[in-house]
Amino acid sequence: MATSSSSQLSKLVKSQYMELPQGEKVQAMYIWIDGTGEGLRCKTRTLDSEPKSIEDLPEWNFDGSSTYQSEGSNSDMYLIPSAMFRDPFRKDPNKLVLCEVLKYNRKPAETNHRVTCQKIMQMVEDQSPWFGMEQEYTILGTDGHPFGWPSNGFPGPQGPYYCGVGADKAYGRDIVEAHYRACLYAGVQICGTNAEVMPAQWEFQVGPCEGIEMGDHLWVARFILHRVCEDFGVVVSFDPKPIPGNWNGAGCHTNFSTKAMREDGGLKYIEESIERLGKRHSYHIRAYDPKGGLDNARRLTGHHETSNIHEFSAGVANRGASIRIPRAVGQEKKGYFEDRRPSANCDPYAVTQALIRTCLLNEEGDEPADY
Amino acid sequence: MATSSSADLSKAVKQQYMELPQGGTVQAMYIWIDGTGEGLRCKTRTLDAEPKTIEDLPEWNFDGSSTYQSEGSNSDMYLIPKAIFRDPFRKDPNKLILCEVLKYNRKPAETNLRQMCAKIMDKVENQHPWFGMEQEYTILGIDGHPFGWPSNGFPGPQGPYYCGVGADKAYGRDIVEAHYRACLYAGVDICGTNAEVMPAQWEFQVGPCEGIRMGDHLWMARFILHRVCEDFGVVVSFDPKPISGNWNGAGCHTNFSTKEMREEGGLKQIEEAIEKLSKRHQYHIRAYDPKGGLDNARRLTGRHETSNINEFSAGVANRGASIRIPRSVGQEKRGYFEDRRPSANCDPYAVTEALIRTCLLGEIGEEPEEYKQ
Repeated sequence: MATSSSSQLSKLVKSQYMELPQGEKVQAMYIWIDGTGEGLRCKTRTLDSEPKSIEDLPEWNFDGSSTYQSEGSNSDMYLIPSAMFRDPFRKDPNKLVLCEVLKYNRKPAETNHRVTCQKIMQMVEDQSPWFGMEQEYTILGTDGHPFGWPSNGFPGPQGPYYCGVGADKAYGRDIVEAHYRACLYAGVQICGTNAEVMPAQWEFQVGPCEGIEMGDHLWVARFILHRVCEDFGVVVSFDPKPIPGNWNGAGCHTNFSTKAMREDGGLKYIEESIERLGKRHSYHIRAYDPKGGLDNARRLTGHHETSNIHEFSAGVANRGASIRIPRAVGQEKKGYFEDRRPSANCDPYAVTQALIRTCLLNEEGDEPADY
Repeated sequence: MATSSSADLSKAVKQQYMELPQGGTVQAMYIWIDGTGEGLRCKTRTLDAEPKTIEDLPEWNFDGSSTYQSEGSNSDMYLIPKAIFRDPFRKDPNKLILCEVLKYNRKPAETNLRQMCAKIMDKVENQHPWFGMEQEYTILGIDGHPFGWPSNGFPGPQGPYYCGVGADKAYGRDIVEAHYRACLYAGVDICGTNAEVMPAQWEFQVGPCEGIRMGDHLWMARFILHRVCEDFGVVVSFDPKPISGNWNGAGCHTNFSTKEMREEGGLKQIEEAIEKLSKRHQYHIRAYDPKGGLDNARRLTGRHETSNINEFSAGVANRGASIRIPRSVGQEKRGYFEDRRPSANCDPYAVTEALIRTCLLGEIGEEPEEYKQ
C-alpha cells in the first residue's frame, strides 16, 4: 500500500475532536530547521491567549541531541520565534511559528542561515530586493517509489505530464490543491502551481517577497507541504535528482530584482549583476544546496533543462543556461532575472543571501565577506 | 489490520445518536485506578441536573473483585468523587469524574495513592509546589506492534523522528491532535506535545499544576488518551520499554519547583533539594513505577538519554543524568529542576509525594515517614 497507516485512521473521528471548542487557549506550533539543513521539526505549546505579533511569542528550547544538532551532555538549544502564520491544520486562533535556532551559548546553530541573511538584507533595504522562488518537488509513496508509478517499473517517458490533466498524466493533484489552499489560509505568499515534467513531480511558486520574507515564506510553505502529505499518507521529497536516468531533476529556480532593475532601463543593472555572478560561480554552487554542491552535482548535468554544474552561462529565454533572462524582460529592457542553479533542497536564506552579496554588495572570491 | 473492529463501526451513525438532545439529565462518567496501579476503569450514571462542583456528586461503589482489587465474597468498594472535568466525548453538560477508591472498611485501596499524596501536599501548601510532567507513550496497533511499523520488521533507525513531520516520520499524529483538543475542552492543564525519538512514540506535557492537581490532571489526561485511541481503533501503551534494543524507552520526566526556587537566588534551594535526592535514590526508584523499580529497570540503562538505575547523577542540560537542571535555570539562578527517573507508567501521586517528602519535609532513609494528624 503506497499510503501510510496513519492516513487510514478515521478522519471523521478526527474532525469530531477538532471541532471541540478550546476556550481562550491557543496552540502555537514552533517549527525549526534541524541539523541536516533540510529537515524540519516541530512541537507545540499552549498559550493563554492569541498572540497578535511575533513579540507575544516566548523563546523556547529543545533537545538538540535528537535532531543532529548537539551532544546529549549539553543538548539544550534555543528556539527564537521569527515569523508567525495562521495554522491551516488546527485553524484559528492557532499559529505556526517559524523559529531560528541558537546553540547553548546563544550563537546561531550551524544550519541557522537566517541570522546572516537578515543582516545582509538589512544592508540593502533601500534597494528593495524582491525574490520569487519556484519550488519543485516529487511525491513518493511510503515505499519510497514515486507516487502513482507502477510498483516495479516506470511510467511512459516524459512529454505528456508537464501541466497535464487526466489520471494518466497528473499523479497526486489532491496534494497540490490542498497545499495551495492551506498556504493561502496561512498567509504564505504562494503565487502559483503547475504539474512538472516528470510524473508525480509538481511545482509551486512563492513570491514576490522582499528581503528576509522570501526564506520565511518558502520554509513555511515546505512545512505545510510535509504536513499535507502526511495527512494524505504520502511523502514529499525535495531531492534534486530522485530518479537517475532520463527523468527530470527538481530545482528551485530563483527570480531576483531590485527597484532599479524593475524601473525603466533596468536591464543595465540586470546585466551588471549577471556579469558579477559569472565571476563567482563556485561560491554560488556551494550556497545552492545543503551539501556544498554535491546534491546539485547529480542534477546539473546540462541535460533536462539544466546548465552544467561546472560552467556558468546566461541567456535570454535559455533554459539550458545558469541564468535565464525572460524574453519579456529582454524586450521591455527592465524586470528581473532567473537563477536556475539552486537545488530543490536549497536553503532559501543561503540562496537569497548569496545573490545580494554578489550582485549588490559586489563581493568577489570564494568566501563570503564578514561585515 | 492494525485497527480494531470497533473503529470500523460507522461514526456517522454514532454522530446521529450523539446529536439527540438529553433534556435536563446529565451523564457522569466515574473513573478510577484499578488494582494494577496503572489501569483505568470507568462507569457512568445519570444525574438529574448538571453538577456544578464536586460536592454535587454522590459517592458510588463497584465490584472490586473484577478489577483485581478485592475478593468476591466481600467485593464492594467505594468511589469517592475528587475532581470534575467536562466530557469531550459526550460533550456538555456531561462530566468525567476522577475518583478515589476506598475498601469496604473505608480505608484507602492499595493502589489509592491519592489520599496520602493529598495529606502530604497539605503540609507544604504555603511553599506552593508546582509540577509539570512530560508523559511519553507509544501507539500500538491491536496486534501489539507499534502503529505504522512494518508488520514483520522495523522502521529505519532513530534520528529523523523526534519532532518530525511527514508520513515517513510521524506515525499517528491524528491521535495526538484529537487528544490535545479533548484535553483543552475537558479543562486538563495540557501545555504541549511533541513527537518523540522512537517512531509511533509521542509526548504530551501537563502543568504547571500545584499540589494534588498534578496527579488529578495527569490521570485524567491518560484516561482521555485511552478513550481517543479506542475511538481510532489503536492502543496506547505506557510501558517504559515497549521495544527492546536500540529503541528509546518511555518516561515521565517530572519538573518541580517551589515558590522559593522560582524567586531570585532560588538556585540555592534547587541545589539543596538535589543534594537531598542524591541520598535517597533507592526510595525514589521504588516510588517511580508501579512495580517498585522492576519496570524502570528495563528502561534506565544509561543509554538512550536515560541515567543508569543504579546510580544517581545530576547536571546542567545533561540528559544522561537522573536530575537535569535546564540551562536557562543555571543561567538565571532560579526556576525548577527535572527529575528524569519516573517511568511512563508511574503513578503521579506517588512521584509528586516522594519529591515533597524528600525535598521539602527533609525525610531520609528507605521508608516514607508516618505523620500524626
